[in-house]
Amino acid sequence: MKNIDSFTHVRGESLYVDDLMLRQDVLFGLCFDSPKAHGKIKSVDYSKAEALKGVIKIFTYKDILGENQIGGIIQDEPLWAEDEVHFWGQPIAFIVAETEAIAKKARALITIDIEELPVITTAKEAKEKGSFINAPRSFKLGDSAKTFADCEYVFEGETFSNGQEHLYLETQGCYAVPQENGSIKLTSSTQGPTAVQKTAARVLGVPMHKIEVDVIRLGGGFGGKEDQATPWAVMAAVAVQYLNRPVKFMLNRHDDLRMTGKRHPYSSFYKIGLTKDLKIKAFEVEFLQNSGAAADLSPAIAERTLFHACNSYFIPNVSTTVYSCKTNLPPNTAFRGFGGPQGMFVIESAISAVADKIGIDRRQIQEENLLAENDEFSYGQIATQVEAKNTWFSAKEKFQFEKLEDEVFAFNQENKRFTKGISLMPITFGISFTNTQMNHARALIHIYLDGSVGVSTGAVEMGQGVNTKMLQVAQSVLGVSANRVKIETTNTTRVANTSPSAASSTADLNGKAVEMACKSLIDRLRKVAAKMLSSEEKNISFQEDFVYLDAEKTALSWEELITQAMAQRVALSENAHYATPIIHFDKTKEKGHPFAYHVYGTAITTVTVDCLRGTYEIDAVKMVHDFGKSMNYAVDMGQIEGGLAQGIGWMTMEEIAYGKDGRLLSNALSTYKIPDIFSAPKTVETIPLETEGSEWAIKKSKATGEPPLMYGIGTYFAIQKAVKAFNPNYKLKFHAPFTPEKVLMGLYEK
Amino acid sequence: MSPKIEISILSEIKLEKPITYRSKPYLINSNRITLFVYYSKKQISSLHSFFLSCLFYMIDFILNNQIIKTSAGAGITLLDFIRDFQQLKGTKIGCREGDCGACTVLVGELVDNSVAYQSITCCISPLGNANGKHIVTVEGINLPKELNTVQKAMVDNFATQCGFCTPGFVVSMTGFALENKINTTCNDAISGNICRCTGYKSIEKAGFEIEEKLQQRDNNHQIDWLIKEGFIPNYFETIAERLKQLKTQHSEIESSNRVKVANGTDLYVRHADKLADENVELLADKKELKGILFSEGVCTLGANTTVTEIANSTELQALFLKLKKFMKLISSEPIRNMGTLGGNFVNASPIGDMSIFFLALNSTLTIQKEDGTERHIPFQEFHQKYKVFDLQEDEILKSLSFKVLDANESFNFEKVSKRTHLDIASVNSAGRLSVKNNIVTDAHFAVGGAAEIPKYLHKTSEFLVGKALNAETVKKAEAVLQSEISPISDVRGASEYKRLLARQLFYAHFIELFPSEIELNKLIGQ
Repeated sequence: MKNIDSFTHVRGESLYVDDLMLRQDVLFGLCFDSPKAHGKIKSVDYSKAEALKGVIKIFTYKDILGENQIGGIIQDEPLWAEDEVHFWGQPIAFIVAETEAIAKKARALITIDIEELPVITTAKEAKEKGSFINAPRSFKLGDSAKTFADCEYVFEGETFSNGQEHLYLETQGCYAVPQENGSIKLTSSTQGPTAVQKTAARVLGVPMHKIEVDVIRLGGGFGGKEDQATPWAVMAAVAVQYLNRPVKFMLNRHDDLRMTGKRHPYSSFYKIGLTKDLKIKAFEVEFLQNSGAAADLSPAIAERTLFHACNSYFIPNVSTTVYSCKTNLPPNTAFRGFGGPQGMFVIESAISAVADKIGIDRRQIQEENLLAENDEFSYGQIATQVEAKNTWFSAKEKFQFEKLEDEVFAFNQENKRFTKGISLMPITFGISFTNTQMNHARALIHIYLDGSVGVSTGAVEMGQGVNTKMLQVAQSVLGVSANRVKIETTNTTRVANTSPSAASSTADLNGKAVEMACKSLIDRLRKVAAKMLSSEEKNISFQEDFVYLDAEKTALSWEELITQAMAQRVALSENAHYATPIIHFDKTKEKGHPFAYHVYGTAITTVTVDCLRGTYEIDAVKMVHDFGKSMNYAVDMGQIEGGLAQGIGWMTMEEIAYGKDGRLLSNALSTYKIPDIFSAPKTVETIPLETEGSEWAIKKSKATGEPPLMYGIGTYFAIQKAVKAFNPNYKLKFHAPFTPEKVLMGLYEK
Repeated sequence: MSPKIEISILSEIKLEKPITYRSKPYLINSNRITLFVYYSKKQISSLHSFFLSCLFYMIDFILNNQIIKTSAGAGITLLDFIRDFQQLKGTKIGCREGDCGACTVLVGELVDNSVAYQSITCCISPLGNANGKHIVTVEGINLPKELNTVQKAMVDNFATQCGFCTPGFVVSMTGFALENKINTTCNDAISGNICRCTGYKSIEKAGFEIEEKLQQRDNNHQIDWLIKEGFIPNYFETIAERLKQLKTQHSEIESSNRVKVANGTDLYVRHADKLADENVELLADKKELKGILFSEGVCTLGANTTVTEIANSTELQALFLKLKKFMKLISSEPIRNMGTLGGNFVNASPIGDMSIFFLALNSTLTIQKEDGTERHIPFQEFHQKYKVFDLQEDEILKSLSFKVLDANESFNFEKVSKRTHLDIASVNSAGRLSVKNNIVTDAHFAVGGAAEIPKYLHKTSEFLVGKALNAETVKKAEAVLQSEISPISDVRGASEYKRLLARQLFYAHFIELFPSEIELNKLIGQ
């Protein structure tokens, strides 16, 4: 089934927050933010801005009736700064005016006096100064310290992976409209409607039922709207509470880039020990996460880094520690992979470094250490239904890896203007929110009088195709055709207390809830049908808008059945709650079974480097991916290709740059580059590995949101090999992204 | 329109934004204009529009299938007009700097008797530039019920996910079908469209399908064929005629003492908010600033010539065999359709691609005063210091000319940026070289991103003259080059990188132009 939104998408008829019909008395908001990264606010002069015609009111923390607090995991982030600012771009005030243009003019009239304090921009510096968000976390398996003594090869090294801007094409935004009795409706571009509702209620000092959050769809989220869609919606809500007029607040791109957090940069220090036969026996890492100025989701992201520190490899002795380092950058946040990619980059770097020193190919080490059935992860979960080796060897076989490798070798022998590099990148990614209590969802299904169906869930559609999957689940369980089913907006008054659409788990959690609700409805309808057909319930089934009796189509149509059910006063609405069983995690021991299942895959990447100019092209990325039993290959393939492109962008051209003063330098689309059509690999091939799937995956169709991003890490190592092929003097560096600058410097390093 | 006027009433017209006006006969206060007029209540609306049309110059154009006459400010962006004034929400706001393509629309202009279409990013295009044109948004290419051919290809290939960038892609691809350019691909047409969800391969597949369909097109009846094949709705066949009508009604917009704007690709990135309120003087349609002329061995290009016009000039293509390849390194399709030579020169960026290109051609600039007098200066002398250049308030850059390359001469352009396309150079460079009997007889090199101005390499160029063309000469010249440049570290690279890259691109000129004489390994000593 095609993405159910495609028809309106291609016609420009799909609605996003910015496209909503506005009430005539609407006002426009704009945020005034800190022009310094750290300091004490001595004074702010709003007088000129307030005097500007068309400015209605400028809101500050003083106007908050509830709490000036938006922190989710840790209560450490004000909505608007009070006496101090902790990052460049930190919201201080909110200008509400008749037009956006007036608000912008007003913002330019505000003057602020800040007594500057020392600015920390890197995690290393923060660690030296003891600046942390919370206590470090450590995972341990076996005894790594002792094991190094038994290892033939022991190496230590340092890696860095930079942050990444989400660059959702639709910027953050919200349209807030007053309702009666002090209620407010927020149409927000958020992955977490409940987070918006909860935080708005808290800041406004009203019960949650006064705040309705509605989400139509997102023009991309990628994690950037999981936690950080909240402040903008809450600002608009504060203004509505005070003014009783609608307020629209769309961030312009520059404000969005400057004020919002990104993927966390990580500085990491590893020590790795291998036996003579290349078995990794011990691995230690200290991860320094650059968390930014407030916790946001950093502690959870740090945790996932530890979960994925060994990627697809079984290592019997592991000791990993992560420090969430507090710096003066905008609070960094969720981004597809959620700390996992940063963890995997380190082990892959360590393997590369060791291989280089031993003088072998990195894939020999990778291949020796792939995860097998019943291996123990460093967090205590026992690996089952493991496909690591399966995808690895399938990829090698199906894409004729040896031949590809020979071709690269031959090319590099003959050619000096250009060199090629090839890499293998296995992935193992755990599915579930690592915070066990978040793994739940609900669905509300209405069957209307005419037999049409409305489905509400907590899932937010942001391009990942979750609505299409929800429709497929409902349609298949109810046995009705697709055009009878409509997926409603995500709304907190219909489905409450939701977890955000994140962690690749949205389709699993919400899909299971839809399945349960539909099954309950079908159970009731089966009774009605059995009575009408004078048969027994067990003989009744539903297919293609008709009732089937003993697998034979009857004359009883779905519409007629619904009419009858209504006449018999049978409930045609159903709400279901799903909570993932089997998962648990004990944070005091750092052991448990946090993931419902894992997703596996292997990618082969080949690149060509122009040794004259230092530029490169990605020739091909060929993947064997474990889909389980995909319920929608088109949608899932879209996730694979899109995730890959983002991973490649992170590893190659996407370079976040902050000045020493904490100002974002890559502050526009002219200075921050994400892949365009010409930087996509020339060939992208995916062979689906049909596996048993997992019963915890919706219809055994495994999650596809985050895992494919990490295939992009292979690009780094393919480029590295091509550089080394040209310049044997090049000393391997693990400092992502591998920009053309680093390539050229590497090619001509002495 | 002179209704019988009865009683005096004070009427206040509230305007969305302060607007431009031709004269000041009425009371004007910020964004409110108070008119003391006599009218009957029935005639309110007709009088409003009557007065507006008296007071303000009108911009006339066709938006999709609708004729627009508007008194909105010529300096507001076409994007805001489309979304906020016309409520057409299919055109999206992604970046407002021409770097994402979510706001792509088509501009159709009468050329001879048919309409020539090209794509632009309307976020950085002044509304006034739509005057007399056909503007096509995604709504304007929708068929009443079913999907058009491009849309169908996108859907069939699963080329849309979150959907936010999608209308921009669809419009660019439809533009590709309408443009009928030779030797371009659908990928070229969408080179200005950024997608964060799909990874592009599905979009590329949709593009291949479209390319294949277009193979069969009837070039003599292009519009009819595209309508028949479901690429565009029927009304397109009426546009040429309607544009002609529009043309005859339209008179030139007055101008005095206003901010000069060509196509806005630079000014509107930085100053769109300011320009919305300003009296802009639009240069784009000034014919005297357009055109590519060859006369007596000299090529003259009007300052308003766009990069696309340069790339598509068959004469220039004959002069520079790799012209299309060079021009593809410059920004993206919609920006090339808008960006002008003059704009690139007066932007005065040290890495202006066009500046570097034409510096190395040893060009001359013609500058015109308001009184019509002209002066000519070597382009090398135009840029003086960072963002300072030789152009007075009452002057306008009129044209650029360079001597056509002779049989002994060759030319090369190089550019490296973080992303190969739609990016600003870390370093760019160009060189024009005359070689007779293996001796360099004339040389002109320029490098961008390595000094405070687009740098003409005087010493390096001089050094080369009279030398034998070999690796040794190139290496020595490169040492001279290093003494001439002074790159700084910034977001586009560290200074040592830029120095190395300047060397590499200098080498690249010789390797590209004289592959049998000059090899990379000889230059770098491997």
